Amino acid sequence: MLVRVSQTAFDPSAELAAFDALGGGAVVTFNGVVRDDTGDLQAMEIEHYPAMTEGALRDFATQAQARFHLTNVLVIHRVGTLRPGEVIMMVATAAKHRKQAFQGADFLMDYLKSRAPFWKKEVTASGADWVAARDVDEDALKGW
Amino acid sequence: MAQVDVLYFAWVRERIGHGSDRVDTSAATVSALMDELVAKGPEYAAAFEDRAALRAAVDQTLVDLDAPLGGAREVAIFPPMTGG
Repeated sequence: MLVRVSQTAFDPSAELAAFDALGGGAVVTFNGVVRDDTGDLQAMEIEHYPAMTEGALRDFATQAQARFHLTNVLVIHRVGTLRPGEVIMMVATAAKHRKQAFQGADFLMDYLKSRAPFWKKEVTASGADWVAARDVDEDALKGW
Repeated sequence: MAQVDVLYFAWVRERIGHGSDRVDTSAATVSALMDELVAKGPEYAAAFEDRAALRAAVDQTLVDLDAPLGGAREVAIFPPMTGG
């Protein structure tokens, strides 16, 4: 299991190559990338709760591993200032069979969205706004 | 009375104007602790105005606002999380 909160940019391809090398049969990976819907996003700032973040991520990864019989899990999440196009986070899951790997990744994404102590702020020329949590993300947790 | 570190994040931190307070409290719940903090000034009242929009962690574990504080050393108050 690899869980990391990263202050600096990371290379998802290199992380995936290392993860694949551990074996597993079925590997699912997901990257979240800073998107710029309106064309005027200057930066995304991600704040977190340093004393809690890594423990929370490790807890979700441990739950996913047990529940979906994952042979390995990787979670990396950026904090600090990111530019459009930069990778925010990466989840990878390995299992014997693809359904477990997909479900494990989906579970981890739902928990990262709404239960990991990160807060996103979008900075544009006209100011900065905290990203509001969406009901659909909260509802997604009820499915687990 | 117990000494508790109270941490604020995101717009809760911005409204209050700083990231943490060390307080002596006998509050039984996070909600009761917020009531005590509101007495410190209008910036706290502004931050804690809409309780439904707030989340909390006690000693780095997510809890409901009416959860007992027990012997908590650290309480964090923040908006719903937006990771991923």
